[in-house]
Amino acid sequence: MSVHPDPGVEQVVDVALAAARRLGCDDAVVVVTDEGSTNLRWAANEQTTGGTTSERSASVAVVRDVAGGRAVGSLTRAVASRDDVERLVADAVRELDGAEAAEDGAALVVGPVHDDFAEAAPPVTPEALAGTARTLGELFARARGEDRELFGFAEHTVTTTWTATSAGTRHRVVEPYGTVELNGKSHARSRSAWAGAGARDVGAHVDLHALDAEVRQGLTWQARRVDVAPGRHDVVLPPSATADLLGYWLLSAEARAAAEGRSAFSRPGGRTRVGERLTPQPLTVRDDPAHPVLATSDVVSATSTDEVASVFDSGLAVPGTRYLDEGVLRALPSTRHTAALADVPVAPWAGNVLVDVTGGAGGTTDLLAGLGDGLLLTCLWYVRTVDEQTLLLTGLTRDGVYVVRGGEVVGATTNFRFNDSPAAMLSRVAGAGASQVCLARELGDWLPRTAAPALHVRDFHLSSVSEAS
Amino acid sequence: MPGSRGVDADFLALPLDALVDAALQEARDAGATYAAVRVQRSRDRVVRVRDRAVEGVHDTVRVGVSVRVVLDGAWGFAATGDLTPEAARAAATVAVRGARVARPLVHRPVELADAPVEQGTWVSPYDVDPFDVPAAEQAAVLVGWCGDVLATGGTHADALVHSVKEQKLYADLAGTRTVQQRVRVQPEVTAVVVADDGRADTMRSLTAPSARGWEHVVAPGGCTAEAPTLAPLAAEKLAAPSVEPGRYDLVIDPTQLWLTVHESVAHATELDRAFGYEAAYAGTSFATPDGLGTRRYGSDLMTVTGDRTEPHGLSSLGWDDEGVPAQRWDIVRDGRHVGYQLDRAMAAERGERSNGCAYADEPLHAPLQRMPNVSLAADPAGPASLEALVAGVEDGILVVGDRSWSIDMQRFNFQFTAQRFHRIRSGRLDGMLRDVAYQASTPDFWSRLAAVGGPGTWSLQGALNCGKGQPGQAAPVSHGCPAVVVTDVSVLNTEEEGR
Repeated sequence: MSVHPDPGVEQVVDVALAAARRLGCDDAVVVVTDEGSTNLRWAANEQTTGGTTSERSASVAVVRDVAGGRAVGSLTRAVASRDDVERLVADAVRELDGAEAAEDGAALVVGPVHDDFAEAAPPVTPEALAGTARTLGELFARARGEDRELFGFAEHTVTTTWTATSAGTRHRVVEPYGTVELNGKSHARSRSAWAGAGARDVGAHVDLHALDAEVRQGLTWQARRVDVAPGRHDVVLPPSATADLLGYWLLSAEARAAAEGRSAFSRPGGRTRVGERLTPQPLTVRDDPAHPVLATSDVVSATSTDEVASVFDSGLAVPGTRYLDEGVLRALPSTRHTAALADVPVAPWAGNVLVDVTGGAGGTTDLLAGLGDGLLLTCLWYVRTVDEQTLLLTGLTRDGVYVVRGGEVVGATTNFRFNDSPAAMLSRVAGAGASQVCLARELGDWLPRTAAPALHVRDFHLSSVSEAS
Repeated sequence: MPGSRGVDADFLALPLDALVDAALQEARDAGATYAAVRVQRSRDRVVRVRDRAVEGVHDTVRVGVSVRVVLDGAWGFAATGDLTPEAARAAATVAVRGARVARPLVHRPVELADAPVEQGTWVSPYDVDPFDVPAAEQAAVLVGWCGDVLATGGTHADALVHSVKEQKLYADLAGTRTVQQRVRVQPEVTAVVVADDGRADTMRSLTAPSARGWEHVVAPGGCTAEAPTLAPLAAEKLAAPSVEPGRYDLVIDPTQLWLTVHESVAHATELDRAFGYEAAYAGTSFATPDGLGTRRYGSDLMTVTGDRTEPHGLSSLGWDDEGVPAQRWDIVRDGRHVGYQLDRAMAAERGERSNGCAYADEPLHAPLQRMPNVSLAADPAGPASLEALVAGVEDGILVVGDRSWSIDMQRFNFQFTAQRFHRIRSGRLDGMLRDVAYQASTPDFWSRLAAVGGPGTWSLQGALNCGKGQPGQAAPVSHGCPAVVVTDVSVLNTEEEGR
C-alpha cells in the first residue's frame, strides 16, 4: 500500500514552517510520523483478526512571544496534501488566539541535522508476517493433535518520525519493532501458560517453536496441583514480571509530582528523593536510545506538553539516563521545565526501560535453586496503583504460579491477587539473573521495549486467592 | 435517540462515494463474500491545567478509510489515512492479501449472522459542539476550577477536559450504508492536599463523562460546583482514621458502582470473551454459554440491560460498525444470566442475530465486539434516596467515587478503592475513613446485593477509555446504576497491605 507519496516530508516541513512564519509565529515545531503496521491475532488454533495499516500524521506546534513568556498552540492532523498542511498551521495559529504564556515556554533547542532527512519511510506489507503465519499453522496443527489450544497476537510495526524546528533541527528516525504473545491452554482450559517476546523484526528474530516449548513446559508443570495459602511468600519473578513492576516504578517517577510531594519519590518539604539509596542491591533502572535491540529516538519529538514531555524540548538530545544507579536514585524523568521545578538533572525519557543488577547471572530457572522454597510467578496482570505515595500496586497472577521446593518446580497452585509496592520491594530483592530483552505482560501493550532480569523477591504479598484459571 | 443536528458538512464533503465504490468493487472482484468500508474521522482535544497554569492543549484529528473482508473464510483488514479512491482500492487489495496470508490459520471458516440492510443518518444529541469553543476559553474554565481548589485549601490542583467528535460512514456489499456523528466530553478536576507531615491525598470530581456537548462541562451542578468542595474533602480524608479491616455492609454510590458493574458484569458477558477470543490478552469469563438462562449471577434484585439507545450514553449510536441497528436487551434478569453481547460473527456461532456490539475506536482499527451501555436497573419500589439506603445499615461504609480497579482474567476476584469512604453507624454517617479497599468474587458479591435504590438514586456514569483487544482499542461506555446495599463484603486496609 502506498503511503502518501505527495507531499514528501521535506515539503510538509517547508510548507509548515513557512506558513507559521507568514502567520506571525516566532517559532514552530513540526513532527511528521508515518506508521506502518501489520498484525495477526488468533484464538483456539484459529485466526480471529489481522490487518495491515499505514498512516501519516503531522503535528505542528506554533509559538508566539506574549506578555510573560511564550504561548503555544499544537495540533495533530492527517495530512495528504499541501492544502492540508496550510490548514493545519492556520488552525494551530488560531489556537494561539487568547492563549496565555505557557508555563514551560523556552527558547527552542538547536538539534541535529540528518543527511537522510528527506528519505521516505520503509513500507510495511502483510507479507512481513507470512513466515510467522506459516509457523503458526504448524503449531496449530500440532496443538490440535495434542488437545491443546493456542491463543495470541503478533505485530510488526515501523514508525518513522521526522522532527523539524524553526531553530534548525532536521532529525529522522526509523523505529521498527514487534511483539509476539503465545498463550496455550489444555485440559478443558483448566491449565494456561504464556510466553512472549519482542524484536526489531518479529519474522526474522522470534523463535516461535521456542515460545511454544516454553508454553508446553508450563502446561506440563501444571499437572500436579499444590495448595498454597495467600500471604507473604518468597517468589521468583521472571523478566516479564520484573519489567511490569519496575516499568510502573519508572512511569511513576516523574520529577514534578515528586517535587510536589505526591509520589513515592517525594521527601517531605517539597524535595525529591534524588540522591537517596533506595536499596542495598546494586540494582539499576535506566533507559538508552542506543540499545542494540530496543533502540528509540535519540532526540525529543514532543507533539504536546504533559508531565514528561515539553513541545519546547523538541530536538533536545536524549542521552540515556541511569535513574536508579546501583541502588541510588540519581534522576527522575523530566523536561527542562519540570527538572528546574524539581531541582533535578534534566532527564528526557527515551521510551524504553532497562533493568539490571550488577553481578546478576543466568535466567529464571537458574534463580530457582537459590529460592529454596517459594513460588515462581509467570505473569502479573491488571496492575493498578492503589496509593501514589507508597506506590502500592494491586494486580493478579496469571498463566502459571509454580510451587518450588528445594529449588525445583514440584507443581502449580492457584492464582492470587497481590498488593505490594515495587518501591518497597527494591529492598527485598534477594537475588537476580542477567538482564534480557523481554516483553512485559501488561505494560508491553504500549511499552514493548523492556529488558530485565529475573528477580528473587522476599515476602511478596499475595493478598487473596483468585478463582481464575 | 437521534439529535436535531446534521452531520458536519466538511465530513460529508469528503469523497465518500468514490472511496466506498472503489473499495467495494475491488473486494467484490477479488471474490470477497463480505466486504465493508468504513470512512472515519475522529477528533480529540485535551486541555490540561495544573494549578492555575495551562499545562497543555492538544487537538488531534485521525482520519482514514478501512476495508474489512472475508475471503475463503478468512478475515482480512487494511486501512490507510489516505482518502483517495486509489488508496481505498489499494487498501482493499491489501485486505485481500492479508486474508490469503491468514488462510493457513483458518480451520473453521468465518461466518456472519444475517443483518438487515440499513440506510440512514444518526447524530447524537448535544447543544454546543465542544470544538466550537476556543481552546483558550476552555482553558479559562479549568483555570477557574483550579483557582477554586487552591482557594479552599488545595496544595495543588489539576483539571482537564477531553472532547471527542467521531464521524463514520459504513457501507457493505449487502447494501447497508449509514452515516453518524457522535460527540462526548469528559470534565475533571482534582485537588491535591499535602499535609505538614508530608502525607498527601487527592480528591477527584464525581462529574461523569457524557455524550453531551460543552453544556455538560459548564453545567451548574458539575465540576463548577464540585471544585470548591474537593480540597476540604481531601483534608478530611487525610485526617480520618485508618479503616479496621474486616467484613462490612457497603452502601455503594453509583459514582463507584458503575466501575464494579463494568468490570464484573459488562466485560464478563461479552460472548467473544466467553468463547476465548480474548484469552491471550484481556482474558476469558466465568459466564460461559453453557450456563446461559440458568446461571445465578446475583440476588433476585439484580437486573442488567445492554443498551445502545440510552440518551446521552457514551456507547449509544444509530448502528454499530457492522451496520446493525442500536438495540436494548436484558443481560441479567432477576438475578439470572440471560443475555450476551454479540457481533455478527459471535451471533453466528450461536445461531442468533447480532445485537449490535461491533465497534472500532479509530479509523485504522478493525471492529471488535465492544460493550454497549450496560446498566443495573433501579428498583421501582426501592428507597428514594442515598440517605434512605444509609438509614437501613446498622454498621457499614458508604463508598463514593471510583479510584483504583483490578479484576482477574475470568472476572472473579476484584478489588476496588474509591474517592471517599464514610463510616455508617446506626443508619447515619459518622465521619470519613482512609486506606480502604474492598475485595470480592463476582458471584459472591452480587449474591449479597440486599437493597437496590429507587429511580431517584440512579445515574449514568462511565468512561471514555475502556481497553480491549490487540491492537489495543479504547471505547467509550456508560453504565447507569442506582445506589445499592451489599452486605458482608471484605474490606482491606491498604496501608497494611503495602507494609
